[in-house]
This record gives sequence, structure tokens and C-alpha cells, in this order.
Amino acid sequence: MFVILLTFVFALLLAAMPLPDTFLWIQPEWVTMVLIYWCIALPHRIGVLAGFFLGLCMDLLDGSLLGQNAMAMSVIAYVALLLYQRMRNYGALQQALMVGLLISISLLIFQWIQNLTSVAADTLAFLLPAITSMLLWPWFFIGMRTIRRRFQIH
Amino acid sequence: MFVKGPSLGLRLLACLILSLALMFSDYRYQHMDQVRSFLTVAVTPLQWAVDLPNRLWSWGAATFSDRNALLEENALLKEQALQLSSKNQRMAYLIAENLRLRELLNAKKPNKDRFLLGEVIGLDADAFTHQVLVNRGRRDGVYEGQAVVDALGLMGQVVSVSTYTSRVLLAADTAHAVPVLINRNGFRVIAIGSGLIDELTLSHVPDTADIREGDLLVTSGLAGRFPKGYPVAEVSTVRHEPGKPFATVSARPLAQLERSRYVLMLNPLDVIDNTNLPVTGSASPETREQE
Repeated sequence: MFVILLTFVFALLLAAMPLPDTFLWIQPEWVTMVLIYWCIALPHRIGVLAGFFLGLCMDLLDGSLLGQNAMAMSVIAYVALLLYQRMRNYGALQQALMVGLLISISLLIFQWIQNLTSVAADTLAFLLPAITSMLLWPWFFIGMRTIRRRFQIH
Repeated sequence: MFVKGPSLGLRLLACLILSLALMFSDYRYQHMDQVRSFLTVAVTPLQWAVDLPNRLWSWGAATFSDRNALLEENALLKEQALQLSSKNQRMAYLIAENLRLRELLNAKKPNKDRFLLGEVIGLDADAFTHQVLVNRGRRDGVYEGQAVVDALGLMGQVVSVSTYTSRVLLAADTAHAVPVLINRNGFRVIAIGSGLIDELTLSHVPDTADIREGDLLVTSGLAGRFPKGYPVAEVSTVRHEPGKPFATVSARPLAQLERSRYVLMLNPLDVIDNTNLPVTGSASPETREQE
């Protein structure tokens, strides 16, 4: 449990890292990726509630509306839990595409709420993080699997 | 298959309802700010951790930097101090004169502004908003709506306060507006953030208004949120479009919104606990009383 928590904390740190504006647009959604990984790997331990609290932490760190990320994250955890058996059997490419799709959904939910409450992006460029996350996914997956095996998390 | 307790769908439903309720109350009600500031304490260690590499770097740079470089910097700073103090001498005279003239006019004596020195410890990792995190919170007397300036001009205002940190909305954010006046002629306008870090938009400037490129905009002090007289921006472009009632005017913020590390938070509240009071002092852009 400690290692899982640590990966989440690390992802939150990466997400909150100050970066130049251009990098912000393409920064992979680390937190969502970690959440999706644990949902696929340990669906009996990490689920909707974990997603919710993770999202809440993101809201507090980002200063976004309380519940905005929490909502997106719980939806993503839900979909990932529905799909985990299929995802496990996918090849790397197919899995990456699926992750890209999931992250796009979370970004869409976030933008949708943003649009209702304040100002949102006027281009589709807000979906760029989904593409970078998708491209990084195969390596990310291998890395996380190594961590999981190394610490024998079941 | 593995699910124990309530089913997956039910859990999602619960989380969705919970987050909707949170969002609604956060959007609608003021008192949620307290909940947020309470919860933010939980992620404060994370915010410190994010800033750690930066602080380590500057600590390392200071520790291992060349002696000559330090000497050079020292000389430069001394020169700067001398320049500033010579400017200050003239300032004292001008202020005295200003006071005399004010007395002649029977005008109210202006208040001195106190300030609290804060350090930026985090930027928002969101490309759509311009906010920074400052290492001063309720404990230090920070309050919502407090004006924040850096060495060169107005940075923005505090939007949320937690015990140890506070969040500052920068003047360039689309949700930020500040009443300003043109220093040259006192014409009043409102400077609204454009969303670009180096641009403010002046709204509803009549096409015939006397406004030129290079005009200095200072806070007008109207609306009572920002103390008056702080430089905000410099007019960069004025475009007159035939057929439109208003000119399109944009201005460049003078404060280094994306670079400033140290900020001054104006007029902090008095805190009861004076034992570890942070660096405070008094400063004012136009009026410092003679000691």
C-alpha cells in the first residue's frame, strides 16, 4: 500500500512541477496514468474512491474548483475498472490507444466543467496531453510493472 | 467479481454526487473557502516538495559560487543601493513638498502602506489560469483580496488563503480586473487580464480618449481593493478601428509576473502571535513620511 501511495504522491509532484507554458500544454497526465495503471493491475484495491480522493488532491494543488478533478478521476477509475480484463489482454499499441482515449475523456470532463464555471480553452489543443500520455504509455507501463513486481504488490 | 460492498456503479454514483455537491458549493458559497483552506494544509508538504529542487539549486549556487562573482555582485548591489538612496533623498524633499501642498488644499493625509514579504513557492500547473502560490498564509495576516506587488509593479491579488500558504491570482489572468488611471492625465480605465502573461486589455476606452503608447497605468484606488498609486502596466498598443465605439488598447504589465520570486503583500492584517513575525516593513510608492 505504501508503494502505491508513493507512486501517487510522485505523480502529483510531477503534475505540480512548474514548467514553461509550452511544456504545460503537452505535459503528460501523470496522475491519470498512474491511476489507470493501478486500476488495471489491482482492480480489487484501487478504484473509484481512490480516484475521487486523488482528484481532490489535484484540485487542492491546482486551485481548481473543488471536485472538478475528483469527478473526472472517479469516472476514469470507473471506466478503467470496467475495462481492466480487456486492457490486460491488449497489446502495447492497443493499450496505449485505450489510455489515450481514457485521458481524453478526463480532459473533456475537466474542460466541460471549466467552461461552465470560468474560462476554458478555445482550441482543441487541450487534448495534447492525451497524445503525449499515449505515446509514453508503453514505457510507463513497463516501468510501473517493474515497480509492482519488485515490491511484490498484489 | 472482486467487488465487495456496494457495486461499482453505486460507488461511482456516490463519488459523482459528492463531487457535484462539492463543486456547486465551492462555486456558490463563500464559506467553502474555509473548508478549502483547511484541506489545503494537507497538501502543503507536497507544495513545499515541488519547490525543493529550486531552493536546493539556489542554495547550492550560493554556496559554491565563485568568490569573485560574489564580490562583483556585492559591488553592483552597493552601487545600486547608492543610486536608490540618492533617488530617495530627492524623494524625501518631494514628499515633504507634496505634504505641504496637500495641507494647503486641506486634503486628507495619505495612509502609509505596510507590507509583508512573501516568496513564490509554486506556479499553477494549468495552462489556462495564471496563479502563483506564496509561502504566507492566514498565520501571517494574509487575507482574501489582498493586493500583491513585486519590485516593479502590481502582481495581482490573493484569492485563497490557507494556514501557511496563499494563492495569488495574477493580473494577467482572464478572471482578474483592476481599476487603473493613466498617470499622465488621470483618465480612468479598467485593465482586464487577457490570459496572456504579458498582456492586459483595457476595456471600454472611448475612441477619442487621450491615450498613447507608453502611457503608464497606475492603480486608481477606486473600488477600495488596491491601494492607489502602484504602477500596473504600460500601454503597448492603441488601435482605433473605424466604426467601433471603443479603441482596442492593450498594455504590458510592469511586474515580472512569470519571473518574480519575491513579492510584497500590502497591508497585512495584524496577527496576534508576534513571536515569529515575518519580515515586515513599511513602503509606499508615493508617500513615505519623513522620519
